Amino acid sequence: MNETLEKLVASMKDRFGAGITNVTEFRDDVIVTVSRDIIVEATTFLRDNADCPFPLCEDVFGVDQFTRKQRFEVNYHFFSVAKKERIHLKVQVEEQDASVPSITGVFPGAGWYERETFDMYGITFPGNNDLRRMYMPESYEYFPLRKDFPLMGIPGSIPLPKRGGA
Amino acid sequence: MSTDRIIADDMYQSPVATSSIPPKGQRTQLLQALLDMDPDLTYDDPLENDMILSMGPSHPATHGVLRILLRLDGETIVSGIPELGYLHRGYEKIAENETYHEFITHTDRLDYLQPVHNNVGYILAVEKLLGIEAPPRAQYIRTMLAELARISSHLVGFGVMAMDVGAMTLLLWCFREREKIHDIYDLVIGARFTTSYTRIGGLAQDITHEGLAAISAFLDQFPERLDEGERLLNRNRIFFDRCRGTGLITAEEALAWGFTGPNLRGSGVPLDLRRDKPYLVYNDLDFDVITETEGDSLARYYVRLAEMKESVKIVRQCIEKLPSGSIHAHEPKKVLPRKERVYTRMEELIHDFMIVNFGVNPPAGEVYQAIESSKGQLGFHIVSRGEGHPWRLKIRSPSFCNLQVLPHLLKGHMISDILAVLGSIDPVMGEADK
Repeated sequence: MNETLEKLVASMKDRFGAGITNVTEFRDDVIVTVSRDIIVEATTFLRDNADCPFPLCEDVFGVDQFTRKQRFEVNYHFFSVAKKERIHLKVQVEEQDASVPSITGVFPGAGWYERETFDMYGITFPGNNDLRRMYMPESYEYFPLRKDFPLMGIPGSIPLPKRGGA
Repeated sequence: MSTDRIIADDMYQSPVATSSIPPKGQRTQLLQALLDMDPDLTYDDPLENDMILSMGPSHPATHGVLRILLRLDGETIVSGIPELGYLHRGYEKIAENETYHEFITHTDRLDYLQPVHNNVGYILAVEKLLGIEAPPRAQYIRTMLAELARISSHLVGFGVMAMDVGAMTLLLWCFREREKIHDIYDLVIGARFTTSYTRIGGLAQDITHEGLAAISAFLDQFPERLDEGERLLNRNRIFFDRCRGTGLITAEEALAWGFTGPNLRGSGVPLDLRRDKPYLVYNDLDFDVITETEGDSLARYYVRLAEMKESVKIVRQCIEKLPSGSIHAHEPKKVLPRKERVYTRMEELIHDFMIVNFGVNPPAGEVYQAIESSKGQLGFHIVSRGEGHPWRLKIRSPSFCNLQVLPHLLKGHMISDILAVLGSIDPVMGEADK
């Protein structure tokens, strides 16, 4: 971890205390795991940080870890245009309560990423007022990127038009 | 409130409030409302009501599979919502079920206007995960062909934007130049369109003198051809007036909405990963990051035009500096051995068997590698559990992120401006829909 990121992570720890549950580094990618309730404050903090502001939210996406506890993860990527640094945030949620507060109030561009995550994993984002299906039909019941969704799809889950017209 | 108005509101209502699955039959209700509509309404003054118009998904200017739902007041756009999902092929799901090598061919089909660039972006992410690096010669060749891919992609963006606003000639000229790049691919790679050129730790094959000569010959004549095209458009009053001032976005807004690439640089933000987070050999090369300050369709067009010239500069430098040596990293357990060695040596046969059957086994961890593609930031996030296939592969595709800004750009414009604005964003549905 370089000096800028080290300082940033330290200031995040100061600011949020127990809200930061883990910090990992692998191949120079720094991932800060934060608890769900502080995600909006944490992203606001990153955006408005004076030393190293992160005005660009590059991506938001889900991961299905397929464990009994904390099954889903939502990852966030931020990029600092001024300091050329990148930082990743991560939020872990349980399957029964798979929802993470939306950060569209901080980064309007996160709207579609959250929609995509909802569409693929069924994780909801309270606060996102346009949380519709992204790729799948509106009435589709399943979430295709979950690990228990079969690769070949579920037969009959998308009704096809009848032969010879409706 | 007229029935028209009810339909319009219904269409814009979010089907999901905060949680749970969207209610079934939202569209059916909409259709029913339309069918139940009082036929007398057709005699109403149409100018009193907002009109709902579905543009695409098969409109030629919406790139085949993009649908834009428009709400119009006369010819003015009150709001417009882009809808994806008509092409969705589930590439991220496929990636979780294939080895790292197998997925290379799928990256060709993401942004099909610049397959080599996608190959390179993906393979850099895999190499970062594995902790290996391709030798310098491979890196130079990758850079060279990636920049040719950028030219080829910008040519399509350039020509299609011109065609969308009515200038057909330029499209044909651009495709003529693009064909020459495809001929080079044919010579160097062996495929014109779906290249699959990279391999973990190297390339499919080395470049020959003949290939280098073909690239040089292309570079010698290309700037002149580009000038011809530029002259045709830059002094064209119709093109100029249709693009200037449409699809305006400021630097702050562009960043907040997640614009990247030429679209972001058109608003004056000098963000270019080739310089800001260098990969391949961009550190050794001399090139400029092009920015324009206006933030309108014309500015984005100018950025692309100038970037092609920078790419020519980069490819020239790569040819001059191209080092000799191997194009494969010496990592027997991770890099596929050459076929002639597989047939003659036991060690290589075993490695080939292990890599093909079980894949390269990277350590457990997460990496993110992004490159500056011609559309913006193309990134691959890999979550590995130490198996031969990724546990999760997330593709950060620039067109997807750029398209969501469309409602912001279209608001208040006329219907005919949609084409200029959409052309200036230069989306490719292959990667927006993945």
